[in-house]
Amino acid sequence: MWFAGTHALKTLNLSVFENEILGVIGPANSGKSTFLRGLNRLNDLDVHFKTSGKIYLDSQDIHRDIEVGLLRKRVGMVFALPVPLPLSIFENIVYGPRRHGIKNKKELEKIVESTLKEAYLWDEVKDRLNLGAMRLSGGQQQRLCLARTLAVNPDVILYDEPCSGLDPISTAKIEEAMLRFKNKYTQILVTNNTKQAARVSDRTAFFLMGDLIELDRTDKIFTSPLDKRTNDYISGRFG
Amino acid sequence: MKRNPYITEKIAFALLFLATILVLLPVIFIVFIIIQKGISAISWEFLTTSPRMGMREGGIFPAIIGTVYLVAGTLVFALPLGVLAAIYLTEYAKDNLLTRLVKLAIINLAGVPSVVYGLFGLGIFVIFLQFGASILAGSLTLAIMVLPIIITTSKEALESVPRSFREVSLSLGASKWQTIRHSVLPHALPGILTGIILAVSRAAGETAPILFTVAAFFLPKLPQSVFDQAMALPYHLYVISTQVPNVAEHTRYGTALVLLLMVLSMNFLAIVVRSRFRKLKKW
Amino acid sequence: MTLKSVKEFVIEKLIYLCGIISILIVVLIFVFLAKEGFSLFKTVSLKAFLSGEKWYPISDPPSFGILPLILGSLFVTLGATIISVPIGVASAVYIAEIAPPRAKEILKSGIEILAAIPSVVIGFIGMTTLVPFTKQILHLPTGLTAFSGSLMLAFMAMPTIVSIAEDALTAVPRKYKEAALALGATRWQAIHRVILKAASSGIVAAVMLGIGRVIGETMAVMMVTGNAARIPHSLFEPVRTLTATVAAEMGETVQGSDHYFALFAIGIVLFIITFIINLIADLSVNKK
Repeated sequence: MWFAGTHALKTLNLSVFENEILGVIGPANSGKSTFLRGLNRLNDLDVHFKTSGKIYLDSQDIHRDIEVGLLRKRVGMVFALPVPLPLSIFENIVYGPRRHGIKNKKELEKIVESTLKEAYLWDEVKDRLNLGAMRLSGGQQQRLCLARTLAVNPDVILYDEPCSGLDPISTAKIEEAMLRFKNKYTQILVTNNTKQAARVSDRTAFFLMGDLIELDRTDKIFTSPLDKRTNDYISGRFG
Repeated sequence: MKRNPYITEKIAFALLFLATILVLLPVIFIVFIIIQKGISAISWEFLTTSPRMGMREGGIFPAIIGTVYLVAGTLVFALPLGVLAAIYLTEYAKDNLLTRLVKLAIINLAGVPSVVYGLFGLGIFVIFLQFGASILAGSLTLAIMVLPIIITTSKEALESVPRSFREVSLSLGASKWQTIRHSVLPHALPGILTGIILAVSRAAGETAPILFTVAAFFLPKLPQSVFDQAMALPYHLYVISTQVPNVAEHTRYGTALVLLLMVLSMNFLAIVVRSRFRKLKKW
Repeated sequence: MTLKSVKEFVIEKLIYLCGIISILIVVLIFVFLAKEGFSLFKTVSLKAFLSGEKWYPISDPPSFGILPLILGSLFVTLGATIISVPIGVASAVYIAEIAPPRAKEILKSGIEILAAIPSVVIGFIGMTTLVPFTKQILHLPTGLTAFSGSLMLAFMAMPTIVSIAEDALTAVPRKYKEAALALGATRWQAIHRVILKAASSGIVAAVMLGIGRVIGETMAVMMVTGNAARIPHSLFEPVRTLTATVAAEMGETVQGSDHYFALFAIGIVLFIITFIINLIADLSVNKK
């Protein structure tokens, strides 16, 4: 994948298994985010973006066989900085379902309750659903964004350094949610925090300067990686 | 003797302050004198009856109505065209020659003298398209004149909505138009509204574009259709102050007062909308 | 295709259309002006038009030299610029750098109000107050002069100059100012040595746009400059500007006559002048 002449992500071959959590680690500018955003075609928003090769979701080519709106519904994303829309908590969560045609109030309320419960936020906000989402704390906002993503019923959830600005308690809550989601969703987690990848992911991929260096089961990557560079990064020799 | 920089600073600041006063003094003077000399003319009769005896008596009602019609007509044409063009420029336009041409076109339109618009309106709407001197011709001319204002302010309002809102909406699977409609436009609306109010105030106050396209000095009855001519406040003021002798001074000032109040209250409204928007902005 | 996507397709096409229409309008204006204006040059040479000293459009035979009009516009514009630029820029500096925040809001609103006053109202006030005043104080045969025009137009240009220059000054990154102050400069020294230079391209743009406003003004000039289409020899004589000529005479011409074409030709001149001014302003901002 290229951005205006910069080769941000070099050729790679990678399969993600259903219901796994795939961790993606690597230093800055290694192509991790580019990789992630290629999966829901969010890179398309950049006018200077070019991509070659194919990406398949369940054997459908995401560039040719699926309409992009439908793709993004099935492949949701949680961003690094929480981006609550300047609306109420309720409105934030029903934004997605509304765009996809769900109008029935009862149905929307059910969605709000179930997704907030899945994101471990329900108890904290259940009496204040009409409160402005911007008034929540950072950790609460991020969980709100998670619930919002769940509201459109995705198959895959992409996380782009979701806990980078959060306190440890919120981070723990989100990691707990991720582990609970394993039998419902396939998840890919890009993180700067190698320990987080070690805690949560089944397999881990290490990217460096646009290349996929190594991909293996997490316990193997963190104890006996095959590539020296992987080892150096994990042990903090560079970062 | 070396000049003390702090004294230089004090003198400089004093001069700058003086300059600012000089800029504002005329405003205060103009508003003050118009109110002082014109207020005596304002009465219910003045505002609701037609002029009599060559403007020397009676009121300015048809001019007020004419201005209202013209402003409404201007909005009908300029509002949709302007807002949609602004949406095009911020959300859809690619960075190519065509886009740069459009942006250049708008900047140029903004600088064109109002009398040139009048000329253009005369040539195209009155004569070529044969609408004649009419509310239609006048509204179209004014619409073209205020188009850059609406486009520019709407564009700024749209651009001030953070990019992340659009990203979030799209990542939830919404289409481009849905994203614009539900996560961009609602937050840009106050800014767009400000632009519309400013455009309206401009359209209400301009004389040159309506000189040959719609304005009439005296009409026996109110306009009945868009193809009729109309009286208008700015033109009315112009005529009674330069071409009609023996009009009472307070009538002239009164007309100026009505026009000024109309325009200033619209501008004040725009300022209020804008500052409330800024306070309520949650991002 | 679903109903929803058909609806969206239509909306998106509509939006594209509106973008294109804006270019078309500008092109149309120019084409139309050109069509009518260039017709003049079948009977009158370009040179005679631009440099002819006599504007007698209704005499027999008519003469269409616009030099007196060009000079009229020039005198008035020059006078207005000399008055409004120093005062306007100084005021912008005050508002941007020195005024306390509450005062700043009030001042900016005051400037906006001045900008909103219709030109016919300013012309009216000029006519009733300034004109007799200058006549009396300066012992002139008439108060309807280029000077009166310059003064009124200066008031009209100042809001444009002040607000754009103020934007340019505010856009200068704070760290320039902080760096200067950290080195021991006084606030004034920081302003005139660092900030003004940094904002200079924006200030130039502000001045150009102010000048553009002045050249294009019609009603206020018509009401205070006396409308004498003669070559002026001093600032205190009546003059006629290009804009006033068009406004004053358009109602009296016969469509299709040379006089009619001549007024359109003046329109072309005005269009080109403002185009160039805008270009300079735009280039100055982008050069930065």
